[in-house]
Amino acid sequence: MSVVVRTIARILFPMVLAFGLYIIMHGHLTPGGGFQGGAVVASAIALIVVVFGGERLIRQKGVLSVLEDIGGAAFVALALVGIGATFFRNVLAGGGGLFGVSPPFGPNPGILNTGGTLPPMNLAVGLKVLTGLGSVVLLLYLYGGNDDR
Amino acid sequence: MSRFFYVGALLVVFGFLVAAASLLRPFGIPTVSEMDDHFIQNAQTETGANNAVTAVVFDYRGFDTLGEATVLTTAVIGVMLILRKVQK
Repeated sequence: MSVVVRTIARILFPMVLAFGLYIIMHGHLTPGGGFQGGAVVASAIALIVVVFGGERLIRQKGVLSVLEDIGGAAFVALALVGIGATFFRNVLAGGGGLFGVSPPFGPNPGILNTGGTLPPMNLAVGLKVLTGLGSVVLLLYLYGGNDDR
Repeated sequence: MSRFFYVGALLVVFGFLVAAASLLRPFGIPTVSEMDDHFIQNAQTETGANNAVTAVVFDYRGFDTLGEATVLTTAVIGVMLILRKVQK
């Protein structure tokens, strides 16, 4: 790729990363959440693969696989926290501890500390979607070339 | 000759679809709406989130999100199975 494309990609990559993480983190206040933010960050990985080639990321294949497993296991572990009542019970909402503040009724500027188990679930699902779609993009670059089998 | 038969079959199916679509209810007016009213009234106090859609997806119907994450994992496994370096 030419010099103009490489320079702009170097400038844009942290911005897209920060925007995607913002969408994941504020899933319980603004539209968005885990799946949407994970897709945005995966598009940032696709930008790097298209501009610079996939050889820079070929060492990270094992890391991406392990992170996807951590995301999936964390999601199921968070679902099992409130197993005393039901599966997927929101035990942290309104408790006063971490993520336990009750929001005022009606429209309000969002408080980040609310939501119960929703923000950690957003982070787990976002991590899973990010690494999954990033692995798919990397595999399509590495092995999806000429069909000479 | 068989091309006219396929075009005729397509027109018949399309006619049935248009007739079925004209019988649908107007968008956004369900027959019973007690569950929707409960979600809109109580999603902020029960779950503590401002976003009612995220509260439904992760709290009220969280089991479906688990199935959706499984579908994503299956898609990644399928891509890994098909695209690999074949040992000659």
